[in-house]
Amino acid sequence: MLDGTTAEIKPREALRINPAKTCQPIGAMYAALGIHGCMPHSHGSQGCCAYHRSHLTRHFKEPVVATSSSFTEGASVFGGLANMTQALSNIFTIYDPKIVAVHTTCLSEVIGDDIPMMIKKATEEGIIPAGKVVIHANTPSFVGSHVTGFASMVTAMVKYLSESSGKTEAQLKDEPQLNIIPGYIDPADMRELKRIIKEMGVKTVLFPDTSGVLDLPQDGRYRMFPSGGATIEQIKSAGDSVGTIALGHFASHPAAEKLDEKCNVPCALLELPYGLTNTDRFIHALRNHGGVDVPGTLGEERGRLLDAMGDMHQYFHGKRVAIAGDPDHVIALTQFLVELDMKPAYVITGSSGNHFEQRVTEILKDQAPEAIVKQNSDLFALHQWIKNQPVDLLIGNTYCKYIAHVEKIPFVRFGFPVLDRMGHRYFPGVGYMGALRLMEKINDALLDHKDRECPEETFELIQ
Amino acid sequence: MMIELLPGREKQVVHKGGQGVAATEMACGKASTAGSVSQRACVFCGSRVVLYPIADALHIVHGPVGCAAYTWDIRGALSSGPQLHRHSFTTDLQEMDVIYGGEKKLEAALTELIAHHSPKAAFVYSTCIVGLIGDDVSAVCQRVSKKTGIPVLGVHSEGFKGTKKDGYKAACDALYKLIGTGDTSNISPHSINILGEFNLAGETWVLRDYYKRLGIEVVSCLTGDSRVEEIRRAHGAKLNLVQCSGSMTSLAKMMERDFGIPFKRVSYFGIEDMSAALYEAAKFFPDAPEIMARAQNLVREEVAAIYPELLRYKQKLLGKKAAIYVGGSFKAFSLMRALRLIGMETAIVGSQTGDQDDYKQLQEMADPGTIIVDDANPLELAKFCLEKDVDLFIGGVKERPIAYKLGIGFCDHNHERKEPLAGYIGMLNFAKEVYASVASPVWQFAPRRAKRAAVLPQNAVV
Repeated sequence: MLDGTTAEIKPREALRINPAKTCQPIGAMYAALGIHGCMPHSHGSQGCCAYHRSHLTRHFKEPVVATSSSFTEGASVFGGLANMTQALSNIFTIYDPKIVAVHTTCLSEVIGDDIPMMIKKATEEGIIPAGKVVIHANTPSFVGSHVTGFASMVTAMVKYLSESSGKTEAQLKDEPQLNIIPGYIDPADMRELKRIIKEMGVKTVLFPDTSGVLDLPQDGRYRMFPSGGATIEQIKSAGDSVGTIALGHFASHPAAEKLDEKCNVPCALLELPYGLTNTDRFIHALRNHGGVDVPGTLGEERGRLLDAMGDMHQYFHGKRVAIAGDPDHVIALTQFLVELDMKPAYVITGSSGNHFEQRVTEILKDQAPEAIVKQNSDLFALHQWIKNQPVDLLIGNTYCKYIAHVEKIPFVRFGFPVLDRMGHRYFPGVGYMGALRLMEKINDALLDHKDRECPEETFELIQ
Repeated sequence: MMIELLPGREKQVVHKGGQGVAATEMACGKASTAGSVSQRACVFCGSRVVLYPIADALHIVHGPVGCAAYTWDIRGALSSGPQLHRHSFTTDLQEMDVIYGGEKKLEAALTELIAHHSPKAAFVYSTCIVGLIGDDVSAVCQRVSKKTGIPVLGVHSEGFKGTKKDGYKAACDALYKLIGTGDTSNISPHSINILGEFNLAGETWVLRDYYKRLGIEVVSCLTGDSRVEEIRRAHGAKLNLVQCSGSMTSLAKMMERDFGIPFKRVSYFGIEDMSAALYEAAKFFPDAPEIMARAQNLVREEVAAIYPELLRYKQKLLGKKAAIYVGGSFKAFSLMRALRLIGMETAIVGSQTGDQDDYKQLQEMADPGTIIVDDANPLELAKFCLEKDVDLFIGGVKERPIAYKLGIGFCDHNHERKEPLAGYIGMLNFAKEVYASVASPVWQFAPRRAKRAAVLPQNAVV
């Protein structure tokens, strides 16, 4: 259906076609949902809030709550103070969250609303009840992407909530706690990280944590504030932790650095634990910072992954892959593909950031030095490259399906958003077991395609 | 579970035959209270859903990336030809554009895209900040139109400038610039436009087939599976049939004012409404009694074809209760009638954009005890669903998971419908879909039903 895409590539300066990113506020909303008892609040017109909720709902198939300042023309001329005040008053009166996490929109940013002043005023006027908290992040839609918005809201959690209590080092060492900042990953991934951490026997605070918020069982009830999420107390105590492991340069590192600066908590800045090496690094960091040994069970999981990689390596060798997605995801996945002996050919993200191109190029320098690696790109450009020189496999979010459909390429859904398949809601992609699942999906996509398309004489029973 | 209404929302909920305000006094059509978890969208959303099905036009969102990303091919408005409308084009405004203005970028984007895709027209959607940074979108559109020779139409859809309804109006205003610019020779004296029909899951095709069988020419469908050329000659039709109360009435009124084309409100959903729509059109052409005869035949044939199967569904669905929460209230009327036809009661009915007349009419139609609600939030919806113990929820994307969490069946009567729900075949599809969800074995495992089963005698077959 996207046959309108032509192979001839003309330079484009002024527009984006088929974006590989979306705007900041949705990331901030997602992050905020990872705080227990939190109402995300969108300071802007109604549509933003409705769109973000719909989009998140389509990805998670879960109810997503958030409130809006419901800007009108009046608010856009005179500022949104009255709307914010009314909103906070209504939210605490009716929905009674423990915390409200405000994010801005392009509209409130352009009119220059001063959110900290508004929060201060609401506090002074008694609109924010005692014991309740309001935090905020500036998330102008015309800067960065949804990943930036996520990072900004996680950083806001640190800025507003985390504290060092003044306990002595000896006291803290008694029961050392580690912070894990997981990045823009799915609830199933966060759940898996917690499982691994538990296996390792490390005491941790993981924030934000959307498991138990956006992956709820069917129990006949609708809860506005489910039982999951990192509590305010936990995020507060992050300032007392012995270290932070931050997963993802773009989504998590800013918050970890802020925590270091604010509370002197040293941080290990890692990539997302997709694939073998990145999971090794994560486990290694847990072992080092948590002062624990790796249990045999995790060693076995690793062994099984490695075994499968060995069993199937011949099917991966040299396959050309196109990857599109969020920068942290794509960096980590590229690493895994190299481990599988595949050849990433086009590696793009819609977000901006030089680190992306540097890091991916570094990962590919031996395996695929000729790969095209681009930040601030879009799916139209990717499609054009693929038309010029095809690939064997495409990995990306649901929007890539247009390309896969027209070009008849095996396609693995990965990242955000996935609007048309269910697995990501239940099965993690992180850790050794997650890597096994990713590998299975890649393998199935390639072999299903071959089984469907190949001539009879090369149709094989055993693979 | 005690859930209160938001203060200031008391006038937006009515219990028929119960306490609270009367429908005639319902406060509606107002912006949602700040701080409510509203299910509502914005002006831009309204404009985008109305215009986006025009398949050979270029649709470019002038603003930051989000507005384009969230509306990229979400509506399932099918095209029998070009698929240009399913791309997502945006100027992706950045900080510098906000400071220095986005006009140049817009002009360059339009020029590049028109050269590349040769669309028949271009629509430029203004988003919130375009209204604030003061871009003169109209001037850019005029310049590009002159340069490229195609109509380039600004849509004044800044999100904060009202509700979704105002977005419909902005879309109609943009469309109206096209209407009246085409050649109307060779249009049949028995001709209509279909307004407010968007070809979700191919519904326009079903309707076009019916009118064709009646011998009525459909000049244009606004905007399902439509082309710019058709829209340009829409003023040559003799009658406008307007579906979807909110979205296209203003366009119909303008066409009546300027071209003397009368309009009639119709609905294509359910046997009664679909038949009424066909008869309405046939009655309009008394000089051609054969049209009415064909209409009667068509209705007879189509009803006969689906009725036995509908009755089978009715037997299975008899006495089941439904909640309806949809965008436009006109749709709610049709749904209530259609549910009645398959033996179901409507226990809760609400909309995002109804007006007082709509709610008055809803109240007249509703059974005693029905809850009528304007601009609801999820807690209210969940509370009412449990209170009324409904078996089915009819709504949109945000309502679906709430219904499922409660263990209630669901039917998407919005963008994500997968089968045509319009026309006679649509009625049957609707019955099938409702049955498939209400009677799904999954709900017998849901705690809500398990509890219900627990109070039955032990030897009862559940």
